[in-house]
Amino acid sequence: MQINTMLKTIPALLLGATLSTGALAADIKLGVAEALTGPAAKYGVAIKNGFTLAAEEINAKGGVNGSKLELVIEDEQGKKEEAINVFKKLIFQDKVLAVFGPTLSNSAFAADPIANAAKVVAFGTSNTADGITAMGPFTFRNSVMEADVLPVTVKAAVKHFGIKKVAVIYGNDDAFTKSGYDVFKATLEQQKIPTTTTEAYAKGDVDFKAQLTKIKAGNPDAIVCSCLAEEAANIILQTRALGMKQPFIGGNGLNSPKLFEIAKDAGDNTLMGSPWSSENLTPANKAFIAAFKTKFGSEPDQFAAQAYDALYIMAEALKTVKLSGNLAKDRDAIRAALPAVKIDGATGKFAFRAAPAVAGKQVGFDADQEAIVNIAKGGKFVLLK
Amino acid sequence: MLEQQLINALSLGSVYALFALGFTLVFGVLGVINLSHGAIFMLGSYAALLLVEQMALPLWLALILAMVATGLIGLVVDVLVLKPLRRRNAPHLIPMIATIGVAIMITNISQGIFGAENKRFPVGTIPEESVSLGNLHITAVQVAIIVIAFVLMVVLLGVMRKTQLGRALRAIAESPKAAYLLGINVEGLFLLTSFAAAALGGAAGVLVGVSFNAISPFMGQPMLHKGIAVIILGGMGDIRGAMIGGLFLGFAEVLTVAYISSDFRDAVAFGLLFLILLVKPSGMFGKVLERKA
Repeated sequence: MQINTMLKTIPALLLGATLSTGALAADIKLGVAEALTGPAAKYGVAIKNGFTLAAEEINAKGGVNGSKLELVIEDEQGKKEEAINVFKKLIFQDKVLAVFGPTLSNSAFAADPIANAAKVVAFGTSNTADGITAMGPFTFRNSVMEADVLPVTVKAAVKHFGIKKVAVIYGNDDAFTKSGYDVFKATLEQQKIPTTTTEAYAKGDVDFKAQLTKIKAGNPDAIVCSCLAEEAANIILQTRALGMKQPFIGGNGLNSPKLFEIAKDAGDNTLMGSPWSSENLTPANKAFIAAFKTKFGSEPDQFAAQAYDALYIMAEALKTVKLSGNLAKDRDAIRAALPAVKIDGATGKFAFRAAPAVAGKQVGFDADQEAIVNIAKGGKFVLLK
Repeated sequence: MLEQQLINALSLGSVYALFALGFTLVFGVLGVINLSHGAIFMLGSYAALLLVEQMALPLWLALILAMVATGLIGLVVDVLVLKPLRRRNAPHLIPMIATIGVAIMITNISQGIFGAENKRFPVGTIPEESVSLGNLHITAVQVAIIVIAFVLMVVLLGVMRKTQLGRALRAIAESPKAAYLLGINVEGLFLLTSFAAAALGGAAGVLVGVSFNAISPFMGQPMLHKGIAVIILGGMGDIRGAMIGGLFLGFAEVLTVAYISSDFRDAVAFGLLFLILLVKPSGMFGKVLERKA
């Protein structure tokens, strides 16, 4: 009996829920699925802060076409399984218009297919691995691919330091550092720079001296490091303790104040390519950095900047869409509107670029953005001139 | 290059050994694989970091106080988790699973309090320059870790072998029931062991935190994996075994990197370990465990 009544009430409840969302049509719900706990939380929390700041700014200025943006923020813990769960919740239960996230490329490969199947935009702000946008036409990202950034960085390093040969070190059990390594490897081959040795380490390793001693024996002109900032900082410090003075070349992963909190001046002469730099003094970036500091009392990083820009990109797309209240139709309209968006944000001039078609079919959109090459001087990154 | 790699191996092996000392002590006396040892190791790092950062204490004092603090936490874990299970005569697997829960709780709470980011001791806490002997580079911390690991091992061995306390502990390890009948304060010594083991874990945490600048709530887990390997290799519950097992793992890892490939660091080290256990399943110094009816 009880079950029977329950079964009868469920459709009524669902109907009620739909009606009430219809009634509150003034708010535009956007899902944010990021790693707010666990080892990837340092990125996820920065991303969340970037979104929160942008949402407050946009809403303070009256929202989009008179509607306020409402962020539904969920913790995907940096895990594939959780990313899938959270995407499902945001899409089917919270009925958001589009989903931002997840934080890690690993998780994006697991969760983005769900969004594509449900025909909801999955917008990554920190996924740089190859092949993310090949997953379907609803996948977008404004994070610049390693494949775009690293060749520019290596070329600049070769010119700046007069490099003839390099050693490589990378984390071999992380999608981000492994994918960065693959790009570095291809880049070094392309630019005909020989490698003295390639060394790997695993997540959680803290002692890199064995690898570094081996690198030292090959006497390279520079060390290419596809690592996260904290590992890189320790690798740099341990290199110096072994009496080595080589400069480092790295990617996105090194773009964090953490590098210098740990390595201090030992990190000087490290070259790093990134779409964002705190030294890039455009008005939009200056305003972003100032607002972020006021709100959170800390320096923003690249991850916050990319999330901040992503919401402005979304808002720009929403401006051109007339929301009908029919969720499926509106979700599709957002997807159709996004590719045309161009903004000048904290990370500079931004536009989308269609990802290469898969089996003749148009898939998602990558970032079409210039990489900025930075050099560490006196414990911070400055633009390499 | 080889001399440098041997120094690297010796210091890495000492870290593993130091971590494994407390871990193996608990197993030896309590018969429990305490999987919260990694989390307690992590707390040692943070305790010393707070003492150095907030109260500007010298490192040696912070090390001692961190050992006391983690010792007390070990005591709390024993009283709240292990003791009730002992009283109920729970089979071996249960306290092990319970300590996994404790580890997850401690890790999560620490993340809430300290954040997920890596922290480091303030620059200047320890001399960072390395001493160079020709092509050889040794840092003060490397020397300290090697010395402290050996000293703690010798002290622990001395206590176990030469003192009344050690005899009582060994009696408990043989049979808690018999020891109790002989008038030994079994429960008190269980608590003392949990305290000492956690304090040793804390000391390892402080030294690892100082030398590798990567204090994070998650630093205990990878160390725990190595620690389990080390005490199994050395013989569960054997103090010399923990030391030699730790050094073995350190050398195996470093020499794999030096002569094979860093890609196979763990594969070769753990493969060798597996081979040794095939030959001597009880570990290098362990007695074959008798199945208790």
